[in-house]
Amino acid sequence: MKIQQILASKGMNVITVHPEQPAREAISLLVEYHIGALVVVDSDKRPVGILSERDIVRRAAEDEAFFSEPVANLMTRQLITGIRQDDTFSVAATMTEKRFRHLPIMDEGKLIGIVSIGDILKAERNQYRGEIDTLETRIMAGEA
Amino acid sequence: MLQVGTESNPLRVAVIGAGPTGFYTAEHLFRQKDFVVEVDMFERLPSPYGLVRYGVAPDHQKIKSVTKVYDRTAKKPGFRFFGNVELGKHIQVADLRCYYHQIVYTTGAQTDRRLGIPGEDLAGSLPATEFVAWYNGHPDYRDYEVDLSVEAAAVVGVGNVAMDVARILSRTPEELAVTDITDYALEALSQSQIKDVYILGRRGPAQAKFSTPEIKELGAMADADCCVLAEEAELDALSQAALADGSDRATMKKIEIIQSYAGRESSGKSRKLTLRFLVSPVELIGDEHGRVVKMRLVKNELYKTESGTLRPRATDQFEEIPVGLVFRSVGYRGKALPGVPFYDSWGVILNEGGRVVDPETKKPVLGEYTGGWIKRGPSGVIGTNKPDALETVKHMLADLAEGKTLDPAEPAAEAVEKFVCDRQPDSFSYDDWLRLKEMEVANGEAQGRPRVKFTSVAEMKAALGK
Ligand SMILES: Cc1cc2nc3c(=O)[nH]c(=O)nc-3n(C[C@H](O)[C@H](O)[C@H](O)COP(=O)(O)OP(=O)(O)OC[C@H]3O[C@@H](n4cnc5c(N)ncnc54)[C@H](O)[C@@H]3O)c2cc1C
Ligand SMILES: NC(=O)c1ccc[n+]([C@@H]2O[C@H](COP(=O)([O-])OP(=O)(O)OC[C@H]3O[C@@H](n4cnc5c(N)ncnc54)[C@H](OP(=O)(O)O)[C@@H]3O)[C@@H](O)[C@H]2O)c1
Repeated sequence: MKIQQILASKGMNVITVHPEQPAREAISLLVEYHIGALVVVDSDKRPVGILSERDIVRRAAEDEAFFSEPVANLMTRQLITGIRQDDTFSVAATMTEKRFRHLPIMDEGKLIGIVSIGDILKAERNQYRGEIDTLETRIMAGEA
Repeated sequence: MLQVGTESNPLRVAVIGAGPTGFYTAEHLFRQKDFVVEVDMFERLPSPYGLVRYGVAPDHQKIKSVTKVYDRTAKKPGFRFFGNVELGKHIQVADLRCYYHQIVYTTGAQTDRRLGIPGEDLAGSLPATEFVAWYNGHPDYRDYEVDLSVEAAAVVGVGNVAMDVARILSRTPEELAVTDITDYALEALSQSQIKDVYILGRRGPAQAKFSTPEIKELGAMADADCCVLAEEAELDALSQAALADGSDRATMKKIEIIQSYAGRESSGKSRKLTLRFLVSPVELIGDEHGRVVKMRLVKNELYKTESGTLRPRATDQFEEIPVGLVFRSVGYRGKALPGVPFYDSWGVILNEGGRVVDPETKKPVLGEYTGGWIKRGPSGVIGTNKPDALETVKHMLADLAEGKTLDPAEPAAEAVEKFVCDRQPDSFSYDDWLRLKEMEVANGEAQGRPRVKFTSVAEMKAALGK
């Protein structure tokens, strides 16, 4: 399965923040959209980092007054991105190995979406369910 | 507006396309107990089942028994079928808005992806989609022509469709004769001169898309040997590393089977299937009549992207193989429906969990939904469309509960009957279809075959005395 298959049903709406926005606003966005990470983009809409719940928790543990700090102080700068032709299976392996949960997807230099490990697991689960269903049909009809 | 989804004002849903997804959508809608629902299913062909009838290979009959489940759904009170009625031709989206609260597009992927290489339009270079539709008796392809008088054919791609095509090209007439392949295809394939079939993967054995039973089957053909070049069956270092932890057992099993074909001696069977890896066609070369005679291939190597995918990259090594037929089997592609937002570069109806989204505004379109291959792209087996349809139906019901539906002027079943009759007097009901199906099976029984298909709309009409 390719990443594109997941993105097609996500509507391509990526929620972003700017590095200079205060952390408080970023948290509001996470809550409003029920999501776990925001892509941080510059004024040309180019991704410069990612801000996940984990980044926020880490900063909160260090400093209780972090709410008014700019997103730039909290975000992860080492950004790993993907493309729509990526295989979901390989992406999931990389996410597990490198311990990150959200992958911004780029197409010809433009940010077109974001895929979470949850999205991938859901899509893979549906694929396996389908395969089992199909296999059952074949077996019930007398062919394995 | 009167409460929608009640006995006196049922939720009226139009489902466009009678493939697996259309039926799973109807099934999920009937299964819930909170609302009263009526479903009208529109299908451009007189027959339902979509790719189960016109895609699934004739030598894979058992899976076709899923259609029993679809027939059961069709029996539900509140279900109607309008076959031979095409959205965009006989009826338009604007018409549907007059009669329905919700519209669901489940039209599948009606065309093919191209390779984008020189020579792709030469005679003898064909999309697998058309070949498949031809041997399965799709009415649009009854008069299609495939020249099987050549000695070698190549299938580009290593998905399950490529496996289907390679198998059908290599089966003996006796093997095919007991299936529901069309008579004209059986006749043509019985005369086939093809001795060599190449199946070309652009990446390595670890990235092949076909499933395990399919690759096993290729090694057990009655009169065709299957082989893999020993050096191409070996895994490259990156693939080895990706599999090193041993967790991906399905892929390891597949590789084991592929490697068991490596360097196999010919056992003297009439045909040979050669599975190639890490090669991409770069050009098809024609003769003076514009027919394919050769294919130029480049050897690939794999590299790893940032996110871990192993992708192919061309090297500077080329080779040429003589082939008279090339089937590109690199994926199906969705087609735009008139009046429905379509995301052309991906070939899908863009959506959020099945709610149709306008690609410009990125906002959901009221009352319009999608499911299956036209929703997520052309991948996944029949059963995958079931959870996919469920997701869409959940959102349809959530919107209904919030009163977010279309407000049709005439939400009445009888009004549709009259309207369809005006636009397409030759529509087929589900009872029509069940009668045709009975005849097909009876004709098949006489010949020891599962069925003999009607392959044109005219034949179907004549059989019913329409
Ligand atoms: C060659 C091939 C072989 C396959 N073999 C298997 C297999 O062995 N096992 C397996 O599990 N899966 C198999 N699959 C996958 C399976 O067929 C698909 O997952 C499934 O059919 C997709 O369902 P769908 O309903 O989304 O689309 P489809 O099955 O394509 O159905 C779409 C329907 O919509 C109709 N339609 C299109 N446009 C319009 C319009 N404008 N108005 C009205 N109707 C319209 C079409 O005529 C069609 O009937 C195969 C696929 C292919 C291509
Ligand atoms: N028996 C069955 O259960 C059965 C039978 C038929 C179909 N199906 C299902 O139907 C779906 C569609 O099948 P499919 O075979 O059409 O699609 P698929 O599984 O996506 O396979 C497409 C193949 O084409 C290759 N490809 C794509 N672009 C290419 C290019 N430019 N050059 C060379 N190769 C290219 C792909 O390689 P990359 O991986 O490198 O992109 C892949 O090997 C699948 O989910 C399949 O499982 C199931």
